[in-house]
Amino acid sequence: MEDSTPLKQKIEHQELGETGRPWEEMVTTSQDPEPRLSEASESEQGPVTGPQPRSSPPGIPQSGASTPVDDLVGPGVSSPPSPSQEPSSTPSPLALAVQDLMAPWQSDKTTSVISEAGTPHLDHLEQSSDKAESTPHQTCQSEGNTFHQSQQTKCHLYGPRDVSYNNSKRKELRFDIFQEEDSNSDYDLAQPESGASEVAPSMLEIAIQNAKAYLLKSSSKSGLNLYDHLSEMLTKVLDKRPENAVDIIENVSQDVKMEHFSKKLDTLQNENEMLPTYEIAEEQKALFLQGNLEGADQEMEDEIAEHSLPNVMESAFYFEQAGVGLGTDETYRIFLALKQLTDTHPIQKCRFWGKILGLEMNYIVAEVEFHEGEDEEEVEEEDVPEERDNGDSEADEDELPRSFYKAPQAIPKEESRTGANKYVYFVCNEPGRPWVKLPAVTPAQIVIARKIKKFFTGRLDTPIISYPPFPGNESNYLRAQIARISAGTHVSPLGFYHFGEEEEEEEETEGRRDSFEENPDFEGIQVIDLVESLSNWVHHVQHILPQGRCNWFNPIRKSEEEEEAEEEEEEEEEEREEPDYIELEVGPPLLTPISEDLEIQNTPPWTARLSSNLIPQYAIAVLRSNLWTGAYAFSNGKKFENLYIGWGHKYSPDSYTPPVPPPVYQEYPSGPEITEMDDPSVEEEQAFRAAQEAAVNSTEENEETEEDEDAEDDYD
Amino acid sequence: MDEESLLLSLELASGSGQGLSPDRRASLLTSLMLVKRDYRFDRVLFWGRILSLVADYYIAQGLSEDQLSPRKTLYSLNCMEWSLLPPATEEMEMQTSVVKGRFMGDPSHEYEHTELQKVNEGEKVFEEEVVVQIKEETRLVSIIDQIDKAVAVIPRGALFKTPFGPIRVNRTFEGLSSSEAKKLSSYFHFREPVELKNKTLLEKADLDPSLDFMDSLEHDIPKGSWSIQMERGNTLVVLRSLLWPGLTFYHAPRTKNYGYIYVGTGEKNIDLPFML
Repeated sequence: MEDSTPLKQKIEHQELGETGRPWEEMVTTSQDPEPRLSEASESEQGPVTGPQPRSSPPGIPQSGASTPVDDLVGPGVSSPPSPSQEPSSTPSPLALAVQDLMAPWQSDKTTSVISEAGTPHLDHLEQSSDKAESTPHQTCQSEGNTFHQSQQTKCHLYGPRDVSYNNSKRKELRFDIFQEEDSNSDYDLAQPESGASEVAPSMLEIAIQNAKAYLLKSSSKSGLNLYDHLSEMLTKVLDKRPENAVDIIENVSQDVKMEHFSKKLDTLQNENEMLPTYEIAEEQKALFLQGNLEGADQEMEDEIAEHSLPNVMESAFYFEQAGVGLGTDETYRIFLALKQLTDTHPIQKCRFWGKILGLEMNYIVAEVEFHEGEDEEEVEEEDVPEERDNGDSEADEDELPRSFYKAPQAIPKEESRTGANKYVYFVCNEPGRPWVKLPAVTPAQIVIARKIKKFFTGRLDTPIISYPPFPGNESNYLRAQIARISAGTHVSPLGFYHFGEEEEEEEETEGRRDSFEENPDFEGIQVIDLVESLSNWVHHVQHILPQGRCNWFNPIRKSEEEEEAEEEEEEEEEEREEPDYIELEVGPPLLTPISEDLEIQNTPPWTARLSSNLIPQYAIAVLRSNLWTGAYAFSNGKKFENLYIGWGHKYSPDSYTPPVPPPVYQEYPSGPEITEMDDPSVEEEQAFRAAQEAAVNSTEENEETEEDEDAEDDYD
Repeated sequence: MDEESLLLSLELASGSGQGLSPDRRASLLTSLMLVKRDYRFDRVLFWGRILSLVADYYIAQGLSEDQLSPRKTLYSLNCMEWSLLPPATEEMEMQTSVVKGRFMGDPSHEYEHTELQKVNEGEKVFEEEVVVQIKEETRLVSIIDQIDKAVAVIPRGALFKTPFGPIRVNRTFEGLSSSEAKKLSSYFHFREPVELKNKTLLEKADLDPSLDFMDSLEHDIPKGSWSIQMERGNTLVVLRSLLWPGLTFYHAPRTKNYGYIYVGTGEKNIDLPFML
């Protein structure tokens, strides 16, 4: 309210001019706010206006003020009381109106007073002084004037409506006691007034004060106090003037209590539109604030020692030299989100893998390696049961031919931390959103992912509808694509990684090593060399075999173990109709240079460039994959990093052709029992008959004619 | 994107991952200004970058006063020296439709394409294998033209049509509102309208002839070939074309910032129907 400012000024003034002032001054000052603050809470006005000798704002129009002032100033006992009485005696709206019109300090009065007929103007004066005091209450201490305080606070809280409320409150104090009590607040201001008027007996005052204080005591349960409640109730009743008020007074009381809980709706504007923006901003704000934890130095040291978080900003800087990147702000947010990830999970190594674009939302992917042993166990998925018992249920019924179709055995997925599941991947849609862990990838998923090409929508639970049917939803497809991209495009400079010396080779993985470690003696390669010759870069992620795994798994052997076989040889050769011998699948071993990568129809699989031709001294080598558009790698000789930003699909110059469905499988053995026989044609039948006749005739030559007849009968 | 607001535009379009390196950015800012002066363009747009095997092509387009008049296309390999490209013709498009694969990076490179042609020799008609050579420059021109016709986007209200015919930039365009920005119908193809005449009279009645004089993206085939996303917490709307992957259009609602940039291999995504 604009009015509040003059009020506040007055409050300040009040502080200064607290000490007793001639009530005339008070009166004058009280006038000031009156015309303007007619709507403002009267109590405010009252006290505010009270002790402000100097605060008579010149600009404030106070047309009506002067008269009452004069009245007051003069001996005018009658005048002040009368106007004040009027408002007090009449219900609040009228009182308000009157007050607005009448002298300002009448309103003052009303705030504190239930001015009733006959209230000595002294009381008014005192009340005004009370008013004066009450404003200072806000700033100073006032004892026992909780009334004023409460009034004041309420006035500040509520709007102009409260004027009536205040008025009614004042009305409530029908008792002279209260009036006197008010008047007897502990201010110096009061003193002079009381001095001016007849002094009320102190004992009575104290009693009044005590009673009032009791009424003002707040309930411990609801926080309301009886004084306020009564005043509100009476205000309401007087406002509405219902019939038989005394009968419905309890209801009124209840309603008043309920009103305390109504929400104040004063805005018409629709805030919904900007909500998503704010939501994200809030989430990201949380990201920024997470650093301000109980900032103990201890934690800082721990953090610095841990090193699981990569220096994303540094990599982003280098990638920017190559023209690849997400923008500095976005990268920083991703950085913070990664930090949040490492803080909440027991992660040993973490890396920003890249961003995959989707139709509705995008994915930000982080590649993570857990501490040993801290890997969260996933729910074991049921293995696809082998269909060995097709015909069991039908055995009891008529013997239907048994299908001897046996589903190809599901190739088990690789253990975590090996092969395609070496790293665990977390995704989120935007930095600030929670990270979701992607499930481990199975070979079947990779095999089928190779055959389909679908856009990502951005929601992890979207089903993938494709042919061949993809076993899983979008999170599985995403994981499979991530595995393929990693296997195809994660490269490092030659020599950065080398094999550990203690690697033992096992039979199955002959000549193939699974793990590698950083080479501490790596001295870096010249950037020029990195650009010119692709053999200076090597893959450090295992190639995924056509089977879908990195380490070849021989399904025949496994089935041997499962089936209770007598002799292995027999099973292999006889029982199954699969090829007798499954070829060992071999892929290029780990750490092969990328110069060995296959070309895609005459285009080299990688493009290597210097980041800048203008300043070659500080340029870095940038490698761009032509097979997976969006995969980049950079190196400045010593450091390197891989990144993928794109749609998540492989490049192929030819258009995608969906695989043809396989031929219909022959389920049942074809044999005479189930093969349908053609009905014989007419000629065949006749020929058959002729043949039979001939046979019979030949046999009957030696027999009697009866047989002939019989045979003839049969032919009908 | 306008070269005047190049830095901001690049920042806003960075969500797709490909942008420009600092040295290219700096060179662009300088050279585009010079291009504008030399060719007397009204506006110069940085169209984008075509990734090829050896060297990338940087493409810029210059517009004259009438925004929809044919644009002049320039290309550069180092963002400093720009060369004008010939305007595209139908013939070029037919020729280049047979070329597949990536761009080489050398404008004078020639693709060889063998095709069977009927050759009349006297009275005999027989087929002969003819090797047709197509220059990369031609291919470049044609591809840029195709991309422009197919997926260049402009928000509704950014251009307006004057009664005399020329299309002008709308200086009072304050940006789309947040709700409008999420609808495909608020975006138009930045080209001569093709489907506008086919609209029914009822639809035409709702259109504002000074603003709605281009085709909207709503009716593009296949449906769903645009991915519309809000980034940066609803303060930026990004449209990505799925037909020509690499085309990114960005717009900050309620502001005047908008633009599109193409960074990609220059190949159409014909597998789109399978992928949706």
